[in-house]
Amino acid sequence: MNPPAKFLPNGDTVMVVEFGEEIDLDISRRVTALYAGVNALELAGITDLVPTFRSLAIHYDPEIVSFAGLENTLAKILPDLPIDDFTGRDWSIPACYDLDLSPDLEAVAEACSLSIEEVIQRHSSDTYHVYMVGFLPGYPYLGDLTAEIALPRKATPNLRIPARSIAIAERMTAVYPIECPGGWHVIGRTPVRLFDETASPPALLAQGDRVRFTPISRREYDCLAEKDAGANHVLPHGKSAT
Amino acid sequence: MIPILRVHKPGLHTTVQDLGRYGLQSMGVPVSGALDTTALRIANHLVGNEPTIAALEVLGAGPVLEVTTESVRIAVAGGKALIELLSPYRRQLPTFESFCLHRGDVFCIGPVTDMAMTYLSVEGGFDLPPAMGSLSTYTRGGFGGFNGRQLESDDELSLVLSAAPVRDELRFVERRLPGDLPIRIIPGPQDDFFTPESLHTLVSCDYTVSSAVDRMGMRLKGPLLEHARGFNITSDGTAPGSIQVPGDGLPIVLLADRQTTGGYPKIGCVISADLPTVARLRPGNTIRFALATLEQAAEARRERESWFARFRSHIKRSTLSGIIDPITLHTQNLVSGVVGPDDATELGK
Repeated sequence: MNPPAKFLPNGDTVMVVEFGEEIDLDISRRVTALYAGVNALELAGITDLVPTFRSLAIHYDPEIVSFAGLENTLAKILPDLPIDDFTGRDWSIPACYDLDLSPDLEAVAEACSLSIEEVIQRHSSDTYHVYMVGFLPGYPYLGDLTAEIALPRKATPNLRIPARSIAIAERMTAVYPIECPGGWHVIGRTPVRLFDETASPPALLAQGDRVRFTPISRREYDCLAEKDAGANHVLPHGKSAT
Repeated sequence: MIPILRVHKPGLHTTVQDLGRYGLQSMGVPVSGALDTTALRIANHLVGNEPTIAALEVLGAGPVLEVTTESVRIAVAGGKALIELLSPYRRQLPTFESFCLHRGDVFCIGPVTDMAMTYLSVEGGFDLPPAMGSLSTYTRGGFGGFNGRQLESDDELSLVLSAAPVRDELRFVERRLPGDLPIRIIPGPQDDFFTPESLHTLVSCDYTVSSAVDRMGMRLKGPLLEHARGFNITSDGTAPGSIQVPGDGLPIVLLADRQTTGGYPKIGCVISADLPTVARLRPGNTIRFALATLEQAAEARRERESWFARFRSHIKRSTLSGIIDPITLHTQNLVSGVVGPDDATELGK
C-alpha cells in the first residue's frame, strides 16, 4: 500500500504533490499518472506542470484557483489514476563511446574494475526510464544505471562538458543538451540533439519515456553529427551557477 | 527602412524580457522574464503597451542607444537612473514618464543607483521572433530576446512601430514602486529538513544580499541555517522565490532564471507579491523575512492590484509630446508630485 500523497505549498503559486522522497520507479509512475491526470482535466489557472522524481509541481495562478480547491480536485482523482499503463515513448539513442569523445571512460572502467568494453556493454544493455527532465532545458535523468558502474559525482566538476555528452553518476545516466559545467562522468557522446528551441516540443525526451543507448562507431557518429551540423546552434558557456 | 534602436554601448547586462515563458518547465525550460514585473508593467503602461510586451531590462549600468527611425515613444521605470539625451544636444530625460525621441537621437541610461534594475519600454515593442512563445532572454540556454543573449555593441533592435503615434505623454507622479521589508515567506516544502530553530532564525534575523546575485538567484549572508536531515534531497520542482539552502547553511532566493528543479532543501518561499521587492535589492542591502500564510499571500496580491488601480489614477498627461523642451522638463522635475489643474484629467485604464 502506497503512502498517501502530500499536498505541500511551495509559495503561493506552486503546489507540490509529493509521493515520496526517494528515487523509485513506483513513485515515478505515480508522478507520471498524476501528471497525465491533471493534464487531462485542463483546469483553468494552471500555468505549468513539472513532474520530478518524487513529486508533481503544479504552478497555478492563485487569483483563479486556490490551494484548497486544487487539493480537493486532486484528492478526488488520485485514487483512480491508472498507475501502471506505460504511456511514454521508446527511444533508441545512438551513442558513440570513442575515447576522444569520452574523457572519463577509462577512469570509470578503472574505478569499477571493468574493461572499457564492459562499461560500454553495461551502459548500453539496459532500458532506462526518464525520471524527469530538469536542471537544463532538455536534460533527462535516466535510470536506473546498473550498480556495477555507479560512481559518486566528481569532487571537482568539469568546467566545460560538451553538448550531447553522455554522462553517468550514482544510479543515473544523462545527456547534456548544451555545453555547460557538470560533475558527472562523461563516457560517450550522441549525435542527436536533445533540445531545439525551434522544434515543437523543444525537448526530445519527456518524463515517462524509455531510452536505450545504441553503440555506434566513430564513423557513424561523424556522419550523423555532420547531418545535423546545419541546424546546430552555438550555445554560450554556462556561467557558474549561483 | 526597418525601424531600429541601435546599440552604441550595451551596458552591464541588458536583456529583452517579458512576463516569462510558461508551459515548458516540464522540459527543463526556465520561466525567465522580468525580475521586477511591477516596474515592467509600469513602463509598458506609460507607453500604452499591454503588460505582456517585452522591454529592455537594465541591470546595473545602462546602454547607450540611437534612434534610427522617424520617432519612438519610450518610458523608463524602476530604479533611479540618469536618463540623458547625448546627441544632438545634452539634456536630461525623465523617468516614470513617456517621451518621444527622433531619428539620430542618442541617449543613455546611467547606472541604476538605488535598486538592481530598471526597465525601458518602447511603444509597440520590439520586433523580435519569440522563442517558444516568449521574448524573454534566457542567456544560459542561448535563446529568447535578441539572439538569446544580453545586448552587445552594434546590435540593432527592430521595433514594431516606425513612428510614435501623436498623443499626450503619460507621467507617473509618485515615481515610486510599492514594496517594503519584511519579505513575507511561506514555509516549506522542505522546512522539515531543518532544525526548528532555523525557520525562527530566518524570520527573526537580518540577512545581507551578497555579491553573488544574478538573474537565477540571490545568495544571502547572515546567521547559518542548520539542516536536520542533510542538505541533499531527491530533486523536486522549484518555485519563483524558493529559498533553498545548500550545505553551507546560507539561503539562496531563486529568481526569474531559476532551474525548474533542484536538489537542495527549500525552507520556504517568498510570496509572489513580494518577489519584485526582493529582486530589486542590491549586494550589501539588508533583507528581513516574516512568516505568512496562503491567505495573507492572497491578500498581498489583492493589495498589489489595488495599488495598480491607484497607480492608474496617479497617471497624468504631460505636455512633452514630440519636442523635448528643457524648460518644461526642468519645471516638471521641480514640481514632481504636485498635480496642476491641467494635469487633472484621469486617464484611467
